[in-house]
Amino acid sequence: MAEAEAPAAMNPREAILSRVRGALAPLGARAPLPETASQGSPASGDPKAEFASRLRLAGGELLSSPGEIPGRLAAGGWTRGYCDPSLWPALGPVFGRGFVVEREFDQGRLDDYEFGITRAAGAIAETGTIIINDALTSRRLAALAPWVHIAVLRRCDILATLPEAIAALGGDPNVIWCTGPSKTADVEGILIQGVHGPGVQIALVL
Amino acid sequence: MRFQPIDRAAARLGAAERASVRGGAKSGHEKRTSLLFGDFGDPDALRRLAGGIRQHAVENLDSYLPAAEARMEANGVRVHWAPTAADACAAVLGILRARGATRLVKAKTMLSEEIGLGEFLGRHGIESLETDLGEFIVQLDGDHPSHIIKPILHKNRAQIAASFERHGVGPYDEDPEAITRAARRFLRHKYMAADAGLTGANFVVAESGRVVIVTNEGNSRFCLAATRCHIVLVGIEKIVPRDRDLALLLNLLARSATAQQLTVYTEFVSGPKAAAQPDGPEEMHVVFVDNGRTEVLAGDCREILRCIRCGACLNVCPVYRQAGGHAYRSVYPGPIGAVLSPLLLGEGFAGKADLPKASSLCGACHEVCPVDIPIPDLLLRLRARAGREGVPSPGVPPFGAWSILASRPAAWRAALAAGKLLDHLPAGLLPIPALRAWEGTRTLPRWRGGEFRKWLKRRRRRP
Repeated sequence: MAEAEAPAAMNPREAILSRVRGALAPLGARAPLPETASQGSPASGDPKAEFASRLRLAGGELLSSPGEIPGRLAAGGWTRGYCDPSLWPALGPVFGRGFVVEREFDQGRLDDYEFGITRAAGAIAETGTIIINDALTSRRLAALAPWVHIAVLRRCDILATLPEAIAALGGDPNVIWCTGPSKTADVEGILIQGVHGPGVQIALVL
Repeated sequence: MRFQPIDRAAARLGAAERASVRGGAKSGHEKRTSLLFGDFGDPDALRRLAGGIRQHAVENLDSYLPAAEARMEANGVRVHWAPTAADACAAVLGILRARGATRLVKAKTMLSEEIGLGEFLGRHGIESLETDLGEFIVQLDGDHPSHIIKPILHKNRAQIAASFERHGVGPYDEDPEAITRAARRFLRHKYMAADAGLTGANFVVAESGRVVIVTNEGNSRFCLAATRCHIVLVGIEKIVPRDRDLALLLNLLARSATAQQLTVYTEFVSGPKAAAQPDGPEEMHVVFVDNGRTEVLAGDCREILRCIRCGACLNVCPVYRQAGGHAYRSVYPGPIGAVLSPLLLGEGFAGKADLPKASSLCGACHEVCPVDIPIPDLLLRLRARAGREGVPSPGVPPFGAWSILASRPAAWRAALAAGKLLDHLPAGLLPIPALRAWEGTRTLPRWRGGEFRKWLKRRRRRP
């Protein structure tokens, strides 16, 4: 491979690329790019029902109206949390006394938030996945650090399949798919939920 | 009697550790199989398709790497190139120093192990902390990961609880849930206090410049929510051509690695945070690392560069299950490691040329590989290379005498007849060391050499 040997003065980029070119030059025909499988089967039936069942399989939960939020939170004993200010006009009225819901997230008091309510950009029915992006999420931390995350999304934003969701990635610099609560099986292969991210992942579909 | 190095390592493995490794690997494999075959009618067709996409990408790195770089720079990402491990470490240190950063949180990346990043940064006054639960424990213990996906497959809960107590992470508690909570409490404040976050990349898309990072724990996301600078350390081979190739690869990666439909967190990062987003990095760097990969690309084992690091071949491998990951003396253990580790050494190939020999060539690794890498073929090519380069192979029985016998019919017949004598020989006097060792724990069956030839002869005589 003498021809691929980079002179010491060559910049690191050129050093690597010239070695890549040298390595590939002797190849005759290069492997062609196969066409990927068909774009998946179109959703059979109701995407929301499919999303709900897949979400449950992944360990998540589904709520269908804002009114269900306080009951679910109270059942877990979670009373302090954060809500995206843009959701507050719609969700604020459902919270009674006994809840402290802040509309500003103070990252210096990370442990004070037991739940976080933020917007999601959509969902994927096939896998029970919630789609979060920078454009619609008020705070990345508020959707991650509290024990409970409630992602609020519109029914019409539920996509059927992974390939559809890939096609919808768009120009947002950060898109994250969340499929159920944070998990690990590092200790003896035993599944534990809630490692760094939420231990309870809820989707509220409006 | 001399043994191969991997045999010696397997023999040293403690009972508890062996049980952890065998149980963990076996259950990982069984879950994967049931999910894969439950969800797809013909998973083999998908493996071949995914293998085709990755092979194409690897064979076209000369155009895809510059394409990815151009898109990244257009997206506001700073791209760095590191021909060697030392260059990669220096690049990361340079990025941190330019920001005056002294505390780094790391998501799991095998490449950082490969280049010895944590140790290097420590020597230069940077505190770098592993945040994946398994890697965090490995770091506390000054240990090394023994599995690509499950770094502490070799440890049990008692060892972990003791280590947490020793290092002040939490009081001694063997309950896996208590262990996880203690790590959660300890690490979240470390993220918040860190100056930068470092991750690997599972895929880099040439057409969009997107970096795809998957984790189940959410630690990579925490790095990207709490810190202001994101550094991606990635091997040059991790390219995929198009966004739409990702659906298939993510499907296969999650199923093969952890038997999930999709990993919990799949993050698509194409640049620094959006201006209006309060959390996340204002600066994003991608370090493309060669460290021997171009040499692999130039050789006859370039299929190994398709690997998406799922660990399925480790779980299924009978040698891995017996020997554990540390027996491979490499960052990458198991069948993938037996190919990749000696190759990445370049001129130091001889130092790990024994690894491709520690295989029965049963083919299970090829059968489970989500990108259809013909690992047994590659092992054979590396054995041939070791032969060509005259690398000595201690513990491998000499086959010279056997090849003389097997290629001379008269000698073969004589040997088969002489074999009868073995029936009357006391075990201690057996002429072949391997047989003597075997007899130590088992009884040799009665000699039946030559019976097949007799049977064949009789059969041919029949009309």
